[in-house]
Amino acid sequence: MRYHRWFTPWVLVVPALAWLLVFNLWPSINTVILSFTNARPIGGGTFVGLKNFEALLHDEQLRWALLNSVIYMVVCLPFLTVLPLLLAVLVEKKLPGITFFRTAFYTPVVASAVVVALIWQWILDDRGLVNGMAEKLGVISGPLPFLSDQWLLLLSAISLTIWKGLGYYMIIYLAALGNVGRDLHEAAAVDGAGPFRRFVHITVPGVRGTMILISILISVSALRVFSELFILSGGKGGPGGRDNSVVMLIQQYSQGFEGNLGYASALSIVLFFVTVVPMLVLARLNRRGAQV
Amino acid sequence: MTTVTDPARPAVVEAPGPAPARRRRGTFGFNTVSPREKVVRYVLLVFVLLITIGPFLWQLSTSLKGSGEDIYTRIPRLLPAQPTFAHYGEVADTIPVWDYARNSLVVAVLVVGGNIIGASLAGFALSRLQFRGRRLVLGLFLATLVLPGEVTIISQYVTVREFGLANTLFGVALPGMIGALNVLLMYNAFRALPLEVDQAAIVDGANAWQRLVYIGLPSVRGTISVVAIFAFIGAWDDFLWPLIVLTDPDKYTLTVGLQYLSGTFSNNPRLIAAGTMIAFIPIVIVFAPLQRFFFKGVEEGAVKG
Repeated sequence: MRYHRWFTPWVLVVPALAWLLVFNLWPSINTVILSFTNARPIGGGTFVGLKNFEALLHDEQLRWALLNSVIYMVVCLPFLTVLPLLLAVLVEKKLPGITFFRTAFYTPVVASAVVVALIWQWILDDRGLVNGMAEKLGVISGPLPFLSDQWLLLLSAISLTIWKGLGYYMIIYLAALGNVGRDLHEAAAVDGAGPFRRFVHITVPGVRGTMILISILISVSALRVFSELFILSGGKGGPGGRDNSVVMLIQQYSQGFEGNLGYASALSIVLFFVTVVPMLVLARLNRRGAQV
Repeated sequence: MTTVTDPARPAVVEAPGPAPARRRRGTFGFNTVSPREKVVRYVLLVFVLLITIGPFLWQLSTSLKGSGEDIYTRIPRLLPAQPTFAHYGEVADTIPVWDYARNSLVVAVLVVGGNIIGASLAGFALSRLQFRGRRLVLGLFLATLVLPGEVTIISQYVTVREFGLANTLFGVALPGMIGALNVLLMYNAFRALPLEVDQAAIVDGANAWQRLVYIGLPSVRGTISVVAIFAFIGAWDDFLWPLIVLTDPDKYTLTVGLQYLSGTFSNNPRLIAAGTMIAFIPIVIVFAPLQRFFFKGVEEGAVKG
Protein backbone atom coordinates (compact mmCIF):
# COMPACT_ATOMS: atom_id res chain seq x y z
CA MET A 1 0.00 0.00 0.00
CA ARG A 2 1.37 3.39 -0.98
CA TYR A 3 0.43 6.59 0.70
CA HIS A 4 1.19 8.97 -2.12
CA ARG A 5 0.21 9.47 -5.74
CA TRP A 6 2.38 7.61 -8.23
CA PHE A 7 4.01 10.73 -9.65
CA THR A 8 4.94 12.38 -6.33
CA PRO A 9 8.35 10.68 -6.00
CA TRP A 10 9.16 11.47 -9.61
CA VAL A 11 8.35 15.15 -9.15
CA LEU A 12 10.88 15.22 -6.31
CA VAL A 13 13.54 13.17 -8.11
CA VAL A 14 13.27 14.78 -11.54
CA PRO A 15 15.49 17.84 -10.95
CA ALA A 16 18.38 15.78 -9.60
CA LEU A 17 17.88 13.12 -12.24
CA ALA A 18 17.83 15.72 -15.01
CA TRP A 19 21.13 17.14 -13.74
CA LEU A 20 22.61 13.68 -13.59
CA LEU A 21 21.60 12.90 -17.17
CA VAL A 22 22.51 16.28 -18.67
CA PHE A 23 25.74 17.01 -16.80
CA ASN A 24 27.12 13.55 -15.98
CA LEU A 25 25.80 10.75 -18.17
CA TRP A 26 25.42 12.59 -21.46
CA PRO A 27 28.89 14.21 -21.20
CA SER A 28 30.52 10.83 -20.62
CA ILE A 29 28.96 9.51 -23.83
CA ASN A 30 29.64 12.76 -25.66
CA THR A 31 33.33 12.64 -24.68
CA VAL A 32 33.69 9.47 -26.74
CA ILE A 33 31.79 11.00 -29.67
CA LEU A 34 33.79 14.23 -29.56
CA SER A 35 37.08 12.36 -29.54
CA PHE A 36 36.40 11.32 -33.16
CA THR A 37 35.84 14.93 -34.29
CA ASN A 38 37.88 18.09 -34.67
CA ALA A 39 35.39 20.27 -32.73
CA ARG A 40 36.65 23.76 -31.91
CA PRO A 41 36.03 25.76 -28.72
CA ILE A 42 33.89 28.22 -30.71
CA GLY A 43 31.73 25.48 -32.22
CA GLY A 44 31.48 23.29 -35.30
CA GLY A 45 33.62 20.27 -36.13
CA THR A 46 33.44 17.20 -38.32
CA PHE A 47 34.28 13.54 -37.91
CA VAL A 48 37.93 12.79 -38.43
CA GLY A 49 37.99 9.10 -37.57
CA LEU A 50 40.95 7.95 -35.51
CA LYS A 51 43.10 10.98 -36.31
CA ASN A 52 43.09 12.28 -32.73
CA PHE A 53 44.18 8.94 -31.36
CA GLU A 54 46.97 8.68 -33.91
CA ALA A 55 48.11 12.15 -32.88
CA LEU A 56 48.17 11.00 -29.23
CA LEU A 57 50.85 8.46 -30.09
CA HIS A 58 53.19 11.14 -31.42
CA ASP A 59 52.46 13.76 -28.76
CA GLU A 60 55.70 14.38 -26.92
CA GLN A 61 54.02 16.63 -24.34
CA LEU A 62 51.63 13.82 -23.49
CA ARG A 63 54.57 11.50 -22.90
CA TRP A 64 56.03 13.99 -20.44
CA ALA A 65 52.62 14.47 -18.83
CA LEU A 66 52.18 10.74 -18.31
CA LEU A 67 55.69 10.40 -16.90
CA ASN A 68 55.02 13.32 -14.55
CA SER A 69 51.73 11.73 -13.47
CA VAL A 70 53.42 8.44 -12.65
CA ILE A 71 56.17 10.22 -10.69
CA TYR A 72 53.51 12.28 -8.92
CA MET A 73 51.63 9.17 -7.91
CA VAL A 74 54.66 7.15 -6.86
CA VAL A 75 56.04 9.94 -4.64
CA CYS A 76 52.68 10.93 -3.15
CA LEU A 77 51.62 7.38 -2.26
CA PRO A 78 54.05 6.52 0.56
CA PHE A 79 53.96 9.98 2.13
CA LEU A 80 50.21 10.37 2.04
CA THR A 81 49.43 6.86 3.27
CA VAL A 82 51.82 7.06 6.25
CA LEU A 83 52.03 10.68 7.44
CA PRO A 84 48.25 11.22 7.85
CA LEU A 85 48.01 8.00 9.87
CA LEU A 86 50.70 9.29 12.24
CA LEU A 87 48.80 12.58 12.46
CA ALA A 88 45.55 10.76 13.19
CA VAL A 89 47.23 8.85 16.03
CA LEU A 90 48.60 12.17 17.31
CA VAL A 91 45.21 13.90 17.41
CA GLU A 92 43.24 10.82 18.46
CA LYS A 93 43.67 11.30 22.19
CA LYS A 94 41.34 13.94 23.54
CA LEU A 95 43.71 16.40 25.16
CA PRO A 96 42.53 19.93 25.97
CA GLY A 97 42.45 22.02 22.78
CA ILE A 98 42.59 19.00 20.48
CA THR A 99 39.64 20.21 18.39
CA PHE A 100 41.60 23.35 17.59
CA PHE A 101 44.56 21.32 16.38
CA ARG A 102 42.39 18.97 14.34
CA THR A 103 40.62 21.86 12.65
CA ALA A 104 43.88 23.71 12.06
CA PHE A 105 45.41 20.64 10.42
CA TYR A 106 42.39 20.51 8.14
CA THR A 107 42.70 24.16 7.01
CA PRO A 108 44.94 23.51 3.96
CA VAL A 109 42.26 21.12 2.70
CA VAL A 110 39.49 23.72 2.61
CA ALA A 111 41.68 26.46 1.14
CA SER A 112 41.58 26.75 -2.63
CA ALA A 113 44.43 25.03 -4.47
CA VAL A 114 45.00 28.38 -6.18
CA VAL A 115 45.42 30.16 -2.84
CA VAL A 116 47.85 27.63 -1.41
CA ALA A 117 49.79 27.41 -4.67
CA LEU A 118 50.22 31.20 -4.71
CA ILE A 119 51.40 31.06 -1.10
CA TRP A 120 53.95 28.38 -1.96
CA GLN A 121 55.02 30.30 -5.03
CA TRP A 122 56.03 33.14 -2.74
CA ILE A 123 57.70 30.87 -0.19
CA LEU A 124 59.68 29.04 -2.91
CA ASP A 125 60.55 32.22 -4.82
CA ASP A 126 64.22 32.86 -5.64
CA ARG A 127 64.16 35.48 -2.90
CA GLY A 128 61.48 33.78 -0.81
CA LEU A 129 61.45 32.30 2.65
CA VAL A 130 63.04 28.92 1.90
CA ASN A 131 65.87 30.18 -0.27
CA GLY A 132 66.49 33.15 2.03
CA MET A 133 66.76 31.02 5.14
CA ALA A 134 68.87 28.33 3.44
CA GLU A 135 71.29 31.00 2.20
CA LYS A 136 71.46 32.58 5.63
CA LEU A 137 72.27 29.23 7.18
CA GLY A 138 74.90 28.69 4.49
CA VAL A 139 73.30 25.48 3.21
CA ILE A 140 73.31 26.82 -0.35
CA SER A 141 75.32 29.56 -2.04
CA GLY A 142 72.72 30.67 -4.58
CA PRO A 143 68.94 30.31 -4.70
CA LEU A 144 67.59 26.93 -5.74
CA PRO A 145 65.35 27.28 -8.83
CA PHE A 146 62.31 25.63 -7.25
CA LEU A 147 59.94 27.15 -9.80
CA SER A 148 61.98 27.14 -13.00
CA ASP A 149 63.86 23.84 -13.01
CA GLN A 150 61.91 21.00 -14.61
CA TRP A 151 62.41 18.46 -11.82
CA LEU A 152 62.47 20.86 -8.89
CA LEU A 153 59.20 22.37 -10.09
CA LEU A 154 57.60 18.93 -10.22
CA LEU A 155 58.96 18.15 -6.79
CA SER A 156 57.65 21.46 -5.40
CA ALA A 157 54.18 20.72 -6.76
CA ILE A 158 54.31 17.22 -5.29
CA SER A 159 55.25 18.50 -1.85
CA LEU A 160 52.47 21.07 -2.09
CA THR A 161 49.97 18.29 -2.87
CA ILE A 162 51.26 16.24 0.05
CA TRP A 163 51.03 19.21 2.42
CA LYS A 164 47.50 20.03 1.26
CA GLY A 165 46.34 16.42 1.53
CA LEU A 166 47.60 15.65 5.07
CA GLY A 167 44.46 16.85 6.85
CA TYR A 168 42.08 15.21 4.39
CA TYR A 169 43.45 11.72 4.87
CA MET A 170 44.00 12.33 8.59
CA ILE A 171 40.24 12.68 9.04
CA ILE A 172 39.57 9.43 7.19
CA TYR A 173 42.13 7.61 9.36
CA LEU A 174 40.74 9.22 12.49
CA ALA A 175 37.32 7.79 11.73
CA ALA A 176 38.88 4.37 11.12
CA LEU A 177 40.94 4.48 14.33
CA GLY A 178 37.71 4.65 16.31
CA ASN A 179 37.00 1.11 15.14
CA VAL A 180 40.35 -0.34 16.18
CA GLY A 181 39.70 -2.39 19.28
CA ARG A 182 40.63 -0.57 22.44
CA ASP A 183 40.99 -3.83 24.33
CA LEU A 184 43.67 -4.98 21.89
CA HIS A 185 45.75 -1.92 22.73
CA GLU A 186 45.19 -2.45 26.43
CA ALA A 187 46.10 -6.13 26.26
CA ALA A 188 49.26 -5.34 24.34
CA ALA A 189 50.16 -2.59 26.78
CA VAL A 190 49.72 -4.98 29.66
CA ASP A 191 52.00 -7.42 27.87
CA GLY A 192 54.63 -4.70 27.76
CA ALA A 193 54.42 -3.60 24.12
CA GLY A 194 55.58 0.00 23.68
CA PRO A 195 53.80 2.64 21.60
CA PHE A 196 55.85 1.85 18.50
CA ARG A 197 55.16 -1.88 18.56
CA ARG A 198 51.48 -1.29 19.25
CA PHE A 199 51.36 1.08 16.25
CA VAL A 200 52.94 -1.47 13.92
CA HIS A 201 51.14 -4.57 15.17
CA ILE A 202 47.73 -3.24 16.17
CA THR A 203 47.00 0.16 14.62
CA VAL A 204 48.32 -0.54 11.12
CA PRO A 205 46.57 -3.91 10.66
CA GLY A 206 43.44 -2.39 12.18
CA VAL A 207 43.19 0.30 9.51
CA ARG A 208 44.34 -1.88 6.62
CA GLY A 209 41.09 -1.56 4.67
CA THR A 210 41.11 2.21 5.09
CA MET A 211 44.71 2.28 3.93
CA ILE A 212 43.77 0.60 0.67
CA LEU A 213 40.86 2.99 0.17
CA ILE A 214 43.19 5.91 0.84
CA SER A 215 45.81 4.62 -1.60
CA ILE A 216 43.15 4.57 -4.32
CA LEU A 217 42.09 8.11 -3.47
CA ILE A 218 45.71 9.33 -3.46
CA SER A 219 46.58 7.65 -6.76
CA VAL A 220 43.51 8.92 -8.57
CA SER A 221 43.89 12.47 -7.28
CA ALA A 222 47.62 12.49 -8.11
CA LEU A 223 46.81 11.49 -11.69
CA ARG A 224 44.20 14.28 -11.87
CA VAL A 225 46.51 17.03 -10.61
CA PHE A 226 45.97 20.42 -12.19
CA SER A 227 45.93 23.60 -10.10
CA GLU A 228 49.19 23.07 -8.18
CA LEU A 229 51.30 22.51 -11.28
CA PHE A 230 49.43 25.13 -13.27
CA ILE A 231 49.92 27.92 -10.72
CA LEU A 232 53.48 27.04 -9.67
CA SER A 233 54.56 26.98 -13.33
CA GLY A 234 52.74 30.25 -14.00
CA GLY A 235 50.35 28.46 -16.37
CA LYS A 236 53.19 27.54 -18.72
CA GLY A 237 53.82 23.95 -17.70
CA GLY A 238 57.49 24.42 -16.87
CA PRO A 239 60.48 24.72 -19.21
CA GLY A 240 59.48 23.55 -22.69
CA GLY A 241 56.08 22.41 -21.39
CA ARG A 242 57.68 19.39 -19.78
CA ASP A 243 55.93 19.92 -16.44
CA ASN A 244 52.40 19.49 -17.76
CA SER A 245 49.90 17.04 -16.36
CA VAL A 246 47.26 15.33 -18.48
CA VAL A 247 44.55 17.65 -17.14
CA MET A 248 46.73 20.67 -17.96
CA LEU A 249 46.95 19.49 -21.56
CA ILE A 250 43.16 19.04 -21.64
CA GLN A 251 42.76 22.61 -20.39
CA GLN A 252 45.21 23.97 -22.97
CA TYR A 253 43.33 22.41 -25.86
CA SER A 254 40.00 23.68 -24.51
CA GLN A 255 40.68 27.32 -25.27
CA GLY A 256 41.48 29.87 -27.93
CA PHE A 257 41.75 29.67 -31.69
CA GLU A 258 44.35 26.93 -31.42
CA GLY A 259 42.01 24.88 -29.26
CA ASN A 260 40.74 21.50 -30.33
CA LEU A 261 37.96 19.96 -28.26
CA GLY A 262 38.21 16.74 -30.25
CA TYR A 263 41.82 16.25 -29.24
CA ALA A 264 41.03 17.36 -25.68
CA SER A 265 38.34 14.67 -25.55
CA ALA A 266 40.81 12.04 -26.75
CA LEU A 267 43.12 13.17 -23.93
CA SER A 268 40.16 12.84 -21.51
CA ILE A 269 39.76 9.23 -22.55
CA VAL A 270 43.46 8.66 -21.87
CA LEU A 271 42.91 10.23 -18.43
CA PHE A 272 39.98 7.91 -17.81
CA PHE A 273 42.00 4.77 -18.52
CA VAL A 274 44.97 6.05 -16.52
CA THR A 275 42.79 6.63 -13.44
CA VAL A 276 41.04 3.29 -13.76
CA VAL A 277 44.33 1.36 -13.45
CA PRO A 278 45.06 2.10 -9.77
CA MET A 279 41.43 1.39 -8.88
CA LEU A 280 41.61 -2.05 -10.49
CA VAL A 281 45.02 -2.91 -9.04
CA LEU A 282 44.07 -1.95 -5.52
CA ALA A 283 40.64 -3.54 -5.72
CA ARG A 284 42.45 -6.78 -6.58
CA LEU A 285 44.86 -6.30 -3.69
CA ASN A 286 41.91 -5.77 -1.41
CA ARG A 287 40.21 -8.98 -2.51
CA ARG A 288 43.36 -11.03 -2.17
CA GLY A 289 43.93 -9.61 1.30
CA ALA A 290 40.40 -10.51 2.30
CA GLN A 291 40.95 -14.13 1.34
CA VAL A 292 44.06 -14.56 3.46
CA MET B 1 22.60 -1.09 -0.51
CA THR B 2 25.59 0.06 1.42
CA THR B 3 25.73 3.47 2.97
CA VAL B 4 27.71 6.00 1.00
CA THR B 5 29.53 8.85 2.62
CA ASP B 6 32.38 10.98 1.55
CA PRO B 7 34.85 9.65 4.07
CA ALA B 8 36.53 12.97 4.68
CA ARG B 9 33.32 14.76 5.44
CA PRO B 10 32.02 14.75 8.96
CA ALA B 11 29.57 11.96 9.58
CA VAL B 12 26.72 13.93 11.03
CA VAL B 13 24.90 12.30 13.90
CA GLU B 14 21.41 13.73 13.69
CA ALA B 15 20.56 13.88 17.37
CA PRO B 16 19.29 17.23 18.61
CA GLY B 17 18.91 17.76 22.33
CA PRO B 18 21.21 16.69 25.14
CA ALA B 19 24.08 14.43 24.25
CA PRO B 20 23.64 10.82 25.32
CA ALA B 21 25.63 9.63 28.31
CA ARG B 22 29.25 8.90 27.51
CA ARG B 23 30.07 5.33 26.74
CA ARG B 24 31.90 3.87 29.68
CA ARG B 25 35.52 3.41 28.94
CA GLY B 26 37.49 0.26 29.60
CA THR B 27 40.27 0.36 32.12
CA PHE B 28 40.59 3.74 33.73
CA GLY B 29 44.33 3.71 33.99
CA PHE B 30 44.87 3.23 30.28
CA ASN B 31 43.19 6.48 29.42
CA THR B 32 45.16 8.75 31.67
CA VAL B 33 48.02 10.37 29.84
CA SER B 34 51.29 10.56 31.70
CA PRO B 35 52.74 14.09 32.02
CA ARG B 36 55.72 13.10 29.89
CA GLU B 37 53.51 11.79 27.10
CA LYS B 38 51.47 14.96 27.32
CA VAL B 39 54.53 17.14 26.78
CA VAL B 40 55.70 15.05 23.85
CA ARG B 41 52.24 15.16 22.28
CA TYR B 42 51.89 18.92 22.62
CA VAL B 43 55.37 19.52 21.21
CA LEU B 44 54.51 17.41 18.18
CA LEU B 45 51.11 19.10 17.82
CA VAL B 46 52.69 22.55 17.80
CA PHE B 47 55.32 21.38 15.31
CA VAL B 48 52.64 20.14 12.89
CA LEU B 49 50.63 23.31 13.52
CA LEU B 50 53.62 25.38 12.36
CA ILE B 51 53.83 23.34 9.17
CA THR B 52 50.13 23.49 8.33
CA ILE B 53 49.27 27.03 9.45
CA GLY B 54 52.68 28.69 9.10
CA PRO B 55 52.44 29.35 5.34
CA PHE B 56 49.06 31.08 5.78
CA LEU B 57 50.45 33.29 8.55
CA TRP B 58 53.49 34.11 6.44
CA GLN B 59 51.22 35.18 3.58
CA LEU B 60 49.06 37.25 5.93
CA SER B 61 52.18 38.90 7.30
CA THR B 62 53.50 39.65 3.80
CA SER B 63 50.18 41.25 2.85
CA LEU B 64 50.43 43.60 5.85
CA LYS B 65 54.06 44.66 5.41
CA GLY B 66 54.61 48.27 4.37
CA SER B 67 55.90 49.15 0.91
CA GLY B 68 59.10 50.52 2.39
CA GLU B 69 59.76 47.37 4.32
CA ASP B 70 62.23 44.81 2.95
CA ILE B 71 60.18 41.65 2.53
CA TYR B 72 63.13 39.74 1.08
CA THR B 73 65.17 39.96 4.24
CA ARG B 74 67.11 36.82 4.98
CA ILE B 75 66.07 36.71 8.57
CA PRO B 76 62.33 36.21 8.30
CA ARG B 77 60.17 38.58 10.32
CA LEU B 78 56.66 37.40 10.97
CA LEU B 79 55.43 40.65 12.48
CA PRO B 80 55.35 43.54 10.00
CA ALA B 81 57.52 46.49 11.07
CA GLN B 82 55.25 48.98 9.29
CA PRO B 83 51.84 47.28 9.33
CA THR B 84 49.39 48.59 6.73
CA PHE B 85 46.17 47.60 4.99
CA ALA B 86 47.15 49.65 1.94
CA HIS B 87 47.81 46.63 -0.27
CA TYR B 88 44.22 45.47 0.06
CA GLY B 89 43.16 48.74 -1.58
CA GLU B 90 46.02 48.65 -4.04
CA VAL B 91 45.21 45.17 -5.28
CA ALA B 92 41.75 46.47 -6.18
CA ASP B 93 43.37 49.12 -8.39
CA THR B 94 45.32 46.44 -10.24
CA ILE B 95 42.54 43.91 -10.78
CA PRO B 96 38.81 44.33 -9.96
CA VAL B 97 39.21 42.01 -7.00
CA TRP B 98 35.92 42.94 -5.34
CA ASP B 99 34.01 42.26 -8.58
CA TYR B 100 35.74 38.90 -8.74
CA ALA B 101 34.74 38.20 -5.15
CA ARG B 102 31.15 39.13 -6.02
CA ASN B 103 31.27 36.78 -9.04
CA SER B 104 32.56 33.95 -6.86
CA LEU B 105 29.81 34.69 -4.36
CA VAL B 106 27.11 34.58 -7.06
CA VAL B 107 28.35 31.20 -8.25
CA ALA B 108 28.67 29.85 -4.70
CA VAL B 109 25.16 30.99 -3.71
CA LEU B 110 23.63 29.38 -6.80
CA VAL B 111 25.47 26.13 -6.13
CA VAL B 112 24.55 26.08 -2.43
CA GLY B 113 20.88 26.85 -3.12
CA GLY B 114 20.61 24.32 -5.91
CA ASN B 115 22.17 21.56 -3.84
CA ILE B 116 20.08 22.19 -0.73
CA ILE B 117 16.83 22.09 -2.70
CA GLY B 118 17.64 19.49 -5.35
CA ALA B 119 19.48 17.05 -3.10
CA SER B 120 16.91 17.28 -0.27
CA LEU B 121 13.96 16.59 -2.57
CA ALA B 122 15.65 13.70 -4.36
CA GLY B 123 17.18 12.27 -1.19
CA PHE B 124 13.79 12.31 0.53
CA ALA B 125 12.00 10.62 -2.37
CA LEU B 126 14.68 7.96 -2.73
CA SER B 127 14.75 7.05 0.94
CA ARG B 128 11.17 7.59 2.18
CA LEU B 129 8.88 6.90 -0.77
CA GLN B 130 8.32 3.59 -2.55
CA PHE B 131 8.24 3.73 -6.32
CA ARG B 132 9.12 1.66 -9.34
CA GLY B 133 12.63 2.41 -10.61
CA ARG B 134 13.89 3.64 -7.26
CA ARG B 135 16.84 1.24 -7.16
CA LEU B 136 17.79 2.03 -10.73
CA VAL B 137 17.87 5.77 -10.02
CA LEU B 138 19.90 5.18 -6.88
CA GLY B 139 22.33 3.04 -8.87
CA LEU B 140 22.76 5.80 -11.44
CA PHE B 141 23.71 8.30 -8.74
CA LEU B 142 26.21 5.84 -7.28
CA ALA B 143 27.74 5.03 -10.68
CA THR B 144 28.67 8.64 -11.44
CA LEU B 145 30.85 8.85 -8.32
CA VAL B 146 33.47 6.62 -9.93
CA LEU B 147 34.14 8.92 -12.87
CA PRO B 148 36.69 11.71 -12.23
CA GLY B 149 35.09 15.04 -13.10
CA GLU B 150 38.04 16.08 -15.29
CA VAL B 151 37.28 13.29 -17.75
CA THR B 152 33.95 14.82 -18.76
CA ILE B 153 34.86 18.47 -18.31
CA ILE B 154 35.30 19.13 -22.05
CA SER B 155 31.96 17.71 -23.11
CA GLN B 156 30.37 19.39 -20.11
CA TYR B 157 31.67 22.63 -21.54
CA VAL B 158 30.18 21.73 -24.94
CA THR B 159 26.80 21.14 -23.24
CA VAL B 160 26.94 24.46 -21.40
CA ARG B 161 27.97 26.19 -24.63
CA GLU B 162 24.99 24.68 -26.45
CA PHE B 163 22.71 26.17 -23.80
CA GLY B 164 24.21 29.54 -24.73
CA LEU B 165 25.82 29.84 -21.30
CA ALA B 166 29.52 29.84 -22.23
CA ASN B 167 31.30 32.79 -20.65
CA THR B 168 28.50 33.40 -18.10
CA LEU B 169 28.50 32.99 -14.34
CA PHE B 170 25.31 30.95 -14.56
CA GLY B 171 27.16 28.58 -16.88
CA VAL B 172 29.88 28.20 -14.22
CA ALA B 173 27.34 27.39 -11.52
CA LEU B 174 24.90 25.25 -13.50
CA PRO B 175 26.54 21.78 -13.69
CA GLY B 176 27.39 21.77 -9.97
CA MET B 177 23.96 22.85 -8.79
CA ILE B 178 22.84 19.32 -7.90
CA GLY B 179 25.73 17.01 -7.05
CA ALA B 180 25.24 13.25 -7.08
CA LEU B 181 27.25 12.92 -3.86
CA ASN B 182 24.99 15.42 -2.09
CA VAL B 183 21.89 13.51 -3.19
CA LEU B 184 23.38 10.36 -1.65
CA LEU B 185 24.34 12.19 1.56
CA MET B 186 20.76 13.45 1.93
CA TYR B 187 19.48 9.97 1.11
CA ASN B 188 21.56 8.58 3.98
CA ALA B 189 20.39 11.27 6.37
CA PHE B 190 16.69 10.73 5.64
CA ARG B 191 17.09 6.99 5.83
CA ALA B 192 18.31 7.25 9.41
CA LEU B 193 14.87 8.42 10.60
CA PRO B 194 12.71 5.66 12.07
CA LEU B 195 9.94 4.48 9.75
CA GLU B 196 7.41 4.60 12.60
CA VAL B 197 7.45 8.40 12.52
CA ASP B 198 6.34 8.33 8.89
CA GLN B 199 3.66 5.78 9.63
CA ALA B 200 2.27 7.85 12.46
CA ALA B 201 2.15 10.88 10.17
CA ILE B 202 0.36 8.86 7.49
CA VAL B 203 -2.24 7.77 10.04
CA ASP B 204 -2.71 11.44 10.87
CA GLY B 205 -3.38 12.08 7.19
CA ALA B 206 -0.12 13.83 6.25
CA ASN B 207 0.73 13.68 2.56
CA ALA B 208 4.25 13.20 1.20
CA TRP B 209 4.92 16.93 0.95
CA GLN B 210 3.86 17.55 4.57
CA ARG B 211 6.01 14.65 5.75
CA LEU B 212 8.99 16.19 3.95
CA VAL B 213 8.46 19.71 5.28
CA TYR B 214 7.36 18.98 8.85
CA ILE B 215 9.17 15.73 9.67
CA GLY B 216 11.97 15.11 7.19
CA LEU B 217 13.70 18.45 6.81
CA PRO B 218 13.74 19.49 10.49
CA SER B 219 15.48 16.27 11.46
CA VAL B 220 18.26 16.43 8.86
CA ARG B 221 19.36 20.00 9.48
CA GLY B 222 22.88 18.85 10.38
CA THR B 223 23.42 17.11 7.05
CA ILE B 224 21.90 20.05 5.19
CA SER B 225 24.42 22.41 6.77
CA VAL B 226 27.30 20.09 5.92
CA VAL B 227 26.08 19.86 2.32
CA ALA B 228 25.72 23.64 2.17
CA ILE B 229 29.15 24.37 3.63
CA PHE B 230 30.96 21.92 1.37
CA ALA B 231 29.03 23.13 -1.66
CA PHE B 232 30.10 26.67 -0.83
CA ILE B 233 33.75 25.72 -0.34
CA GLY B 234 33.76 23.62 -3.51
CA ALA B 235 32.28 26.39 -5.64
CA TRP B 236 34.40 29.16 -4.12
CA ASP B 237 37.65 27.19 -4.48
CA ASP B 238 37.01 25.78 -7.94
CA PHE B 239 39.56 26.78 -10.56
CA LEU B 240 39.64 24.50 -13.62
CA TRP B 241 35.95 24.74 -14.52
CA PRO B 242 35.59 28.55 -14.37
CA LEU B 243 38.93 28.81 -16.19
CA ILE B 244 37.44 26.81 -19.07
CA VAL B 245 34.01 28.47 -19.13
CA LEU B 246 34.96 32.12 -18.66
CA THR B 247 36.87 34.05 -21.33
CA ASP B 248 35.89 37.59 -20.45
CA PRO B 249 38.11 39.10 -17.68
CA ASP B 250 35.08 41.02 -16.32
CA LYS B 251 33.40 37.75 -15.42
CA TYR B 252 36.33 35.99 -13.74
CA THR B 253 35.82 34.39 -10.37
CA LEU B 254 38.37 35.04 -7.63
CA THR B 255 40.54 32.00 -8.28
CA VAL B 256 40.81 32.72 -12.01
CA GLY B 257 41.37 36.42 -11.35
CA LEU B 258 44.14 35.70 -8.84
CA GLN B 259 45.99 33.54 -11.29
CA TYR B 260 45.65 36.39 -13.77
CA LEU B 261 47.05 38.81 -11.16
CA SER B 262 50.11 36.70 -10.45
CA GLY B 263 50.75 36.00 -14.13
CA THR B 264 50.20 39.28 -15.88
CA PHE B 265 50.38 42.42 -13.86
CA SER B 266 52.28 42.41 -10.71
CA ASN B 267 55.42 41.06 -9.26
CA ASN B 268 54.80 42.68 -5.93
CA PRO B 269 54.38 39.77 -3.50
CA ARG B 270 52.52 42.04 -1.07
CA LEU B 271 49.73 42.57 -3.60
CA ILE B 272 49.43 38.90 -4.46
CA ALA B 273 49.43 38.11 -0.75
CA ALA B 274 46.59 40.57 -0.17
CA GLY B 275 44.67 38.99 -3.05
CA THR B 276 45.09 35.46 -1.72
CA MET B 277 43.94 36.58 1.72
CA ILE B 278 40.78 38.06 0.18
CA ALA B 279 40.10 34.65 -1.36
CA PHE B 280 41.05 32.70 1.75
CA ILE B 281 39.38 34.55 4.63
CA PRO B 282 35.75 33.88 3.51
CA ILE B 283 36.55 30.16 3.51
CA VAL B 284 37.74 30.38 7.11
CA ILE B 285 34.53 32.18 8.06
CA VAL B 286 32.34 29.59 6.34
CA PHE B 287 34.35 26.66 7.66
CA ALA B 288 34.50 27.78 11.31
CA PRO B 289 30.91 26.80 12.24
CA LEU B 290 31.54 23.35 10.78
CA GLN B 291 33.83 22.57 13.71
CA ARG B 292 30.72 21.87 15.74
CA PHE B 293 29.76 18.93 13.52
CA PHE B 294 33.18 17.94 12.55
CA PHE B 295 34.40 15.27 14.86
CA LYS B 296 31.16 14.08 16.40
CA GLY B 297 30.79 10.99 14.25
CA VAL B 298 34.50 10.36 14.52
CA GLU B 299 34.53 10.38 18.29
CA GLU B 300 31.54 8.07 18.58
CA GLY B 301 33.79 5.59 16.82
CA ALA B 302 31.12 4.96 14.22
CA VAL B 303 32.04 5.03 10.59
CA LYS B 304 29.64 3.86 7.96
CA GLY B 305 31.08 2.20 4.94
